[in-house]
Amino acid sequence: MAKLTIKHVGIKAVYATVPSFVEKTSEYAYFSAEEAKMFEKTVGIKERRVASKTVTCSDLCFKAAIDLVRDFNCKEEIDLLLFVSQSPDYFLPATAAILQDKLGLSTNCMAFDVSLGCSGYVYGLMLAGQYLQNGSVKKVLLLAGDKSTVSTHIQDKAAYPLFGDAGTATLLEFDDSANDWYFDAGTDGGGANAIIIEAGHSRMPYQNDDSANSEASTDIVRSKKHLSIDGMAIFNFALKNVPHSINNTLELANMGIDKIDFFVLHQANQLITDSLRKKFSLPVDKFPSSIGKYGNTSSASIPLTLCSEIEQELLTKELQLLFCGFGVGFSWATVILTTKHVTTKLLTHD
Amino acid sequence: MEIADFIRIIENEFEEVAPDSLKPESCFREMDGWSSMHALIFVALIDHHYKVLLNGEELKSASTIEDLFNIVNSKIASGEIND
Repeated sequence: MAKLTIKHVGIKAVYATVPSFVEKTSEYAYFSAEEAKMFEKTVGIKERRVASKTVTCSDLCFKAAIDLVRDFNCKEEIDLLLFVSQSPDYFLPATAAILQDKLGLSTNCMAFDVSLGCSGYVYGLMLAGQYLQNGSVKKVLLLAGDKSTVSTHIQDKAAYPLFGDAGTATLLEFDDSANDWYFDAGTDGGGANAIIIEAGHSRMPYQNDDSANSEASTDIVRSKKHLSIDGMAIFNFALKNVPHSINNTLELANMGIDKIDFFVLHQANQLITDSLRKKFSLPVDKFPSSIGKYGNTSSASIPLTLCSEIEQELLTKELQLLFCGFGVGFSWATVILTTKHVTTKLLTHD
Repeated sequence: MEIADFIRIIENEFEEVAPDSLKPESCFREMDGWSSMHALIFVALIDHHYKVLLNGEELKSASTIEDLFNIVNSKIASGEIND
């Protein structure tokens, strides 16, 4: 189990962008009224934001990032741009390079992509922290998000109503007065098939028949080009691994669970969040939830929840926070960190 | 662990299930409006009350409430606790 402590890093700002177009669970054509009601109650998603055909994840991240670097007047000071996503613009080059140019960042800025989904934001914080902590890199722009709706088949009742699109930007900086950050992370590639898009890369390059739909079950129609999700496998994975990761991180931080102001978990499914919360016998208000409004937004879900649910607390208070991302891979990561007066902004993209 | 308690926990969770309507031999997939979401609720419920995690294969292998109860009991007996 990978555990690490990072020093001298602070979060300055978190911005998030969601598409303006809303799709409601109650209007999903392939759900009966009863199914829609059950889905809203159990999974917790009432509506999601869906990007138009011409808008990519990098466009959503760009909108958050350009506002952020303007507001903080820090364009020239970004030494590293990280783009955490599994919906890049192209096979190559790295989307981070495209964003470096589009944002007008210095050509001395390092930029690379990190291919992770639900755990990606916490991994991004870990990577950013590793570069920042010795002081040679002063500011990092962490962009995280996905356009998952481009990969889901509309007749796949397990996947289509679950995912929403979002892009986020987080500004991190060297801060020698900051409290230590504590990380625990892990991987179980035995769960690789639980969330997978089979066709389109080296293992299964596109063939003519990849677009052919097949009925995986009575509720699921998709092709090999589409995202396939095994909800039960993910549910089992989360309930088995996330509590251990949270406990490991608390132990590393030598901290009691009562010291955490908010547990911001990846917004996978409200039933998972509630089940995890009950395992620790903690109150609902310690687990901010944005899934009802935005669905599962992959690596954007933690920063989006910060911007939409606890923005006032972040701005006005010093907070002890725990973030935990878990999912596709399987991959997971938890961090305990302190924030002081973090600026947030929630934007929409037409 | 008694099967009557197991049944009561399930009946309490689902508002569409009338009290005292479930029997050990009841097929849980024949519940009104059964869907994959009900399966997730079952797994969450059993994990919460018994600290036993049922996977998809175990759930598929069961037809009745009693089948589920027996799987949970055998996992407890073999120490497969998700704590």
